[in-house]
Amino acid sequence: MDLSVLREYLPLYQEAALLTLKLGLLGVLFSAVLGLACAAVQYYRIPVLRAIVSVYIELSRNTPLLIQLFFIYYGLPKIGIRTTPAACGVAGLTFLGGSYMAEAFRSGLEAIPQIQEESALSLGMTKVQTLRYVILPQALTVSLPALVANMIFLLKETSVFSAVSLMDLMFTAKDLIGLYYDTTEALFLLVVFYLLILLPVGILGTVLEKRMRYAGFGT
Amino acid sequence: MQALGLEVLLKGNNLLRLLGGLWVAMKLSLLSVAVSIPAGILLGTLMTRKNPVLRAILKIYLEIMRIMPQLVLLFLVFFGTTRALGWDLSGEASAVIVFSLWGTAEMGDLVRGAITSIPKHQYESAAALGLTLPQTYGYIIFPQALRRLLPLSVNLITRMIKTTSLVLMIGVVEVIKVAQQIIEANRMVSPNAAFGVYLSVMLLYFAACFPISMLARFLEKREKAYA
Repeated sequence: MDLSVLREYLPLYQEAALLTLKLGLLGVLFSAVLGLACAAVQYYRIPVLRAIVSVYIELSRNTPLLIQLFFIYYGLPKIGIRTTPAACGVAGLTFLGGSYMAEAFRSGLEAIPQIQEESALSLGMTKVQTLRYVILPQALTVSLPALVANMIFLLKETSVFSAVSLMDLMFTAKDLIGLYYDTTEALFLLVVFYLLILLPVGILGTVLEKRMRYAGFGT
Repeated sequence: MQALGLEVLLKGNNLLRLLGGLWVAMKLSLLSVAVSIPAGILLGTLMTRKNPVLRAILKIYLEIMRIMPQLVLLFLVFFGTTRALGWDLSGEASAVIVFSLWGTAEMGDLVRGAITSIPKHQYESAAALGLTLPQTYGYIIFPQALRRLLPLSVNLITRMIKTTSLVLMIGVVEVIKVAQQIIEANRMVSPNAAFGVYLSVMLLYFAACFPISMLARFLEKREKAYA
């Protein structure tokens, strides 16, 4: 391995890693919002919307992100919906992640026994208060491990962004290999930067899981 | 539907070519699954043994395989082995190697989970009855673990099918690549073909994965009904 090559490549990878991280975190955030909305629709059994949500979840879970990105980036412009590569990446990740997040939230909500809601209502709390102070805090702790696992999964999935010409880590690595043939250095930095992104999230997940344990109280 | 490119699929043998592309992806997934399941059962069983050195080594393998994006692993094998070892692996061969290694790790973790969920008294009772270790696993532990394992490993197959779409990135001609070729070839006659063709590929993937997901869900429900 050539150290001067590594030093030369470092700024390129830094930039690419920041882009990967930025788009990945945006995608995770939007996925969580979309997922929570879908889970709420299913939890409250809202008619019509519920059917749409089920179809969306099945479609999203049973197709690879790569083809979802191709469809958004190359297919949708043909019916007038144009996106930039970055917007396409975030949209694709959200489309994929929304269903995984929805399943995580749903399993959390379903784990809360009916009596919790009934007790809250009988204490005079409104529906919104019940959700905010009684149901969600408990449901979230149950969902947490799945949510963190999804976050790691989605950050890993960002690696296919290079397919829609985003200058992410994979793109940088492939580009440098093609240009200069310093394969060892390019791949080494690729692994290092992915570890830098993914390891902290994994550790954070373990720590959070240990600290947030309201739900198991008394059981 | 002139404008949206579905007519392109009906032209010549385009639909057949697309299905052929899907078959390439399927073949790679099925091969990898065929390696992953037995290797994963072995790995998972070894991980429940108490030997600390063995456990540490397997744990490191598992963590590396699970934390690295599969595409990175694919790059490491496809580009890395050429440079480091002088091998000239084809895209397909690298794919099968990577997805088998990854699938083995995933399957191993599932097997480990299923085996540790079997209560300790099952082992003790088996030992008390004078069963040998292979007998204990063969007649007592595996049959019980299998029921928990079945829905999860069926799910692994759909994950494998979705993951093999990545081989596009190392130049294997699979369904998305064929779709690209079809779109390019018809650029003049059907400029909007990208919409219909990519939508069809998405639905093809859905058609391949959805029944397997349903099977997994059915098995999971049945498993819960037992417990």
